[in-house]
Amino acid sequence: MSDSLISTLDEGRSEPDHLRQDLWSVLKGMLAREFLIALRRRQELVNPLVFFVIVIVLFPLGVSPDPGFLKAASAGVVWVAALLATMLSLDRLFQGDYEDGALEQTVLCAQPLYLLVLTKNLVHWSLTGLPLIVLSPFLAVMMNLESEHIPVMILTLVIGTPVISLMGGIGAALTVSLRSGGVLISLLVLPLTIPVLIFGTGTIQASIDGLPIGGHLAIMGAMLALALTLSPFATSAALKMSVSN
Amino acid sequence: MNWTFFHKLGSPKWFYDIAEKFLPWFLWFGIVLLVTGSVWGLAFAPPDYQQGESFRIIYLHVPTAILAQSCYMMMAVAAVVGLVWRMKITDMFIAAAAPIGAAFTFLALFTGAVWGKPTWGTWWVWDARLTAMLLLLFLYFGVMALRSALEDQDLAARASAILVLVGVVNIPIIKYSVEWWNTLHQPATFTLTEKPAMPPEMWLPLLVMVIGVYCFFSALLLMRVRNEILMRERRTKWVQALIAEEMKS
Repeated sequence: MSDSLISTLDEGRSEPDHLRQDLWSVLKGMLAREFLIALRRRQELVNPLVFFVIVIVLFPLGVSPDPGFLKAASAGVVWVAALLATMLSLDRLFQGDYEDGALEQTVLCAQPLYLLVLTKNLVHWSLTGLPLIVLSPFLAVMMNLESEHIPVMILTLVIGTPVISLMGGIGAALTVSLRSGGVLISLLVLPLTIPVLIFGTGTIQASIDGLPIGGHLAIMGAMLALALTLSPFATSAALKMSVSN
Repeated sequence: MNWTFFHKLGSPKWFYDIAEKFLPWFLWFGIVLLVTGSVWGLAFAPPDYQQGESFRIIYLHVPTAILAQSCYMMMAVAAVVGLVWRMKITDMFIAAAAPIGAAFTFLALFTGAVWGKPTWGTWWVWDARLTAMLLLLFLYFGVMALRSALEDQDLAARASAILVLVGVVNIPIIKYSVEWWNTLHQPATFTLTEKPAMPPEMWLPLLVMVIGVYCFFSALLLMRVRNEILMRERRTKWVQALIAEEMKS
């Protein structure tokens, strides 16, 4: 049996053309698989969103329902809640794949791991970051943020949440071999996401104060560019390391 | 050029012996410099014309703060060397340096708070450099937490090296973002390019303290690395022989 298996493998190696899939079909296959897995576990998609809403509701209840305070705190509260909700969802990013061995296949895949990781990040963002952004205007209204600043807030979240997803991917990849990496991921990743938080809330504050926001947005865009280009490298390195053991 | 010495440094056994030779020098130089610098700075340096005697805590605050930051940079260099050349010793260095770096960061924050009370009238302000130091402390904690969570030695080594490198890319971003966010702290005391604004009788003891803290740090580091070597190489022949010799005497 082993002889035939080896010869099949050898054939595959010497004539790889009919076996090798091109980059696009691999990425499309991966996208489809990730979305399918996510849809089969709907509750896991909803949990971070509910958490996001609850954290925001805690602030008026816990600190003060005074409209003045809420308005001043709104940008920060929405951003901090989005950050925490994203952290919560990172735990499962590579965990399932690690347990069932799909992660090893991903690392072994002939296509660049960088792009595969980026695809995972994209799926993660579109299933956690994007729904948070959709929910955020309603919560901003509840937090007394004036409606003219809401588009600015959405814009900062659109630029900022992918950065959080990308940075979080590094933490998730480093801790994937641990049974419960949840709190550890937050501990590793949260300090690194502070710049995004500062400029995210800073942009909204500048808009409330009637100042130009172009500079803030440009810096956030720079952070996104940096995270897009560099963080998949770190994530790939961490995944390779986790799988090799 | 002969690179054998470099390769020898990468071998735990050699490093253990070399460290033993250097350790007393660093330790005694460090202690002498720290004592001289403290007495000179705390008792003989002239008081500040504005802050009076309270400025003297600078002789602890600035050296610890400088070391806290450069310790992370050293860890980053070790991380690169470790990832590229797979030397065992670099990970021992990171494992040994992270807690010391965290302790020095805490000292810098603590002395800063003590200094802030008389000068700014408050223990803590959300000023850029204070916040950046606090975040540096969190980065150290992250490295330590990751190391203790991963039981596999090799995995912990590579994971912490990656984390240290991710952190070091982020440090300038964190630094500048908190700087633009809020600033109250005075600019850096020492820069390599400009003459210090303080008179020599004030900055000379400070320089002595900075060098002293570096020596003291090196001594602590060598002790901890030697311990790490013994712990990890406990199954090798030379460590067994060492222990047997120790038992005899």
